[in-house]
Amino acid sequence: MHADPAGVLTGAHFIDGDHACCEGALAAGCRFVAGYPITPSTEVVERIAVRFPEVGGVFIQMEDEIASSIAIQGGAWGGQRVMTVTSGPGFSLMMEHIGLAVMTETPCVFVNVQRGGPSTGLPTLPAQADMMQAKWGSHGDYEIIAVCPNSPQECFDLTIKAFNYAEQYRVPVFVMMDECVGHMMERVIIPKPEDIEIVPRKMTTSAPGEYLPYAADGTLVPAMAPTGAGHRFHITGLTHDERGYPDMNAAAQAKLLKRLTDKIKKNVVALTDIEEEGIEGAEIVVVAYGITSRVVLPGISEARCQGRRVGLLRLRTVWPFPEHRIRAIAPAIKAFVVPELNLGQMVREVERCAGGTRVISVPHAGGTVHKPATITDALVEALQ
Amino acid sequence: MSTVENPVERLLRSDRIPHIWCPGCGIGTTVNCFARAIDDSGIDLDKLAIVSGIGCTGRVAGYTRLDSFHTTHGRAIPFATGLKLVSPDLKVVVYSGDGDLIAIGGNHFIHAARRNVDITVICVNNLTYGMTGGQVGPTTPLDAIATTSPYGNYEQAFSLPYLAASSGAVYVARWTVYHVMQLKKAMREALTKKGFSFIEIISPCPTLYGRRNRRGDGLDELKDYKKRSVIKHGADTKDVDMTFDGPIVVGKFVDRERPTLQEAMDAHLQKKLGARYKRLTGPTA
Repeated sequence: MHADPAGVLTGAHFIDGDHACCEGALAAGCRFVAGYPITPSTEVVERIAVRFPEVGGVFIQMEDEIASSIAIQGGAWGGQRVMTVTSGPGFSLMMEHIGLAVMTETPCVFVNVQRGGPSTGLPTLPAQADMMQAKWGSHGDYEIIAVCPNSPQECFDLTIKAFNYAEQYRVPVFVMMDECVGHMMERVIIPKPEDIEIVPRKMTTSAPGEYLPYAADGTLVPAMAPTGAGHRFHITGLTHDERGYPDMNAAAQAKLLKRLTDKIKKNVVALTDIEEEGIEGAEIVVVAYGITSRVVLPGISEARCQGRRVGLLRLRTVWPFPEHRIRAIAPAIKAFVVPELNLGQMVREVERCAGGTRVISVPHAGGTVHKPATITDALVEALQ
Repeated sequence: MSTVENPVERLLRSDRIPHIWCPGCGIGTTVNCFARAIDDSGIDLDKLAIVSGIGCTGRVAGYTRLDSFHTTHGRAIPFATGLKLVSPDLKVVVYSGDGDLIAIGGNHFIHAARRNVDITVICVNNLTYGMTGGQVGPTTPLDAIATTSPYGNYEQAFSLPYLAASSGAVYVARWTVYHVMQLKKAMREALTKKGFSFIEIISPCPTLYGRRNRRGDGLDELKDYKKRSVIKHGADTKDVDMTFDGPIVVGKFVDRERPTLQEAMDAHLQKKLGARYKRLTGPTA
């Protein structure tokens, strides 16, 4: 399926990542957004508020992020592709409804333009410190998908991808931006609608009375039914059976959680989106994402000028973590170097998969990006 | 032998009965009234969605054979807001308890009333948190005993009709589960009213509120409601506070007109954008 032309602003634009994310959502067919203002993400919903009335979309500014994160789920069950947008403190308030979306298998997109934390932290300054929260923030065991753009162009491209993943896997999908990427202005090319691939929602073909909301086929992803069409289905955040009825016992819990996590775990390879450069024959490999994946480039160039073989593995999909690639690369190299705008989050995943290979964390508390010299020093240390 | 169908039957998921509610609980009575009100209103069951939060009343969604959404604690209203905004043809009812709607969900309640979201909110008020074992809540009367107010409640309770009316609801009524005919009629009126309609239903929780506060069993509470209730249609909601054993003012307090959120949005954007304004017309996913 291709994009609805109504939402696609085909052409070359000079816009920031927040605006590009908004255009990505429009191109992806998003027609319901609920949000609450929070720096540095607000520009996304400001643009949505301007653009939506002309493309048949509904935007509502809710009373808080708790409300936003569940209003979109009402919108999703009403048949729309939906999104909410926030930053750290708002993201914390949304955690409950990430669990609801996981449990009820509601396709929805959460955009988090990351700023420094904890608490109010650094409202206008960058961080990448919610990476683990995106994966683990709601209670209980679950799997989600998160993408991580490093440019306004990718804010557009990966937002579309996030919507497609949300529909294909029926999970909340996270667009983990950071303040730098959100406020950075660059050229963004928006393709023609016919060149934008849209994954439609899988809808049931069962007749009313025969539909089982949580009966899944081999894909492990059940089909949805339209609300108001006579299916009279039930959804609940309680542990439930295929009918969607509460079924609260250990066996039902084990069965449901296995399917909910397997539908992502069994598709890690398909969901892997990484950019690998100079990995073949590398002595060390830098693992980076978001703005940090651009900050590391001068240091890598410098090392290469001195004849050292430094690879770059850039995560565009951060969750599920592409552990198979880290495991495959690890035996052939001396060390992984993992700079990130937090005190060491995704580095834990690299460490988990690196076997005996050395892993060097290059933490940063946020507020700005790493100094090139810091990266260089880490590379020198790794190359020793 | 001919059989007569129970008029409530077509609304229920019979395969989920027996329900979880205690003997003497009033929630089932309200569902009975709800089923009859839907019958009377002529609403197409296929076009009626029900949203609940968490708690004893929050289980209503699971027992009604409608498109039904059992969401999170306190958040049924924002879920319903999203559902309704993208489904203008759907009738959306929020059916939940006092703790759910007014404590944890209080912020959503006042904002939905302010916006005049076109939903019906039915609040079964049993003056306590039933599901968790009878704790004090924002509707518990002064001096009432609860597990977390073991020496009696000393916090002022919300008057729900006053809260709803002053926040902007266009229809506000209060009844008790003793008043089944009036309740059925109020539900029919609320279901067919455009905008944010609100019904508070005073309902016994004999297991957790009644026993601790020596209110007797469910039937005793009904008799008590009968004795204490004073019907005052059009009463100023400032004057309908409830106390531990004082009069319960019941009736239809508010019935007024105001553009719904959807109407206000459409009219305003149409005026500002003219032909450029495009309404969301149906599912696009």
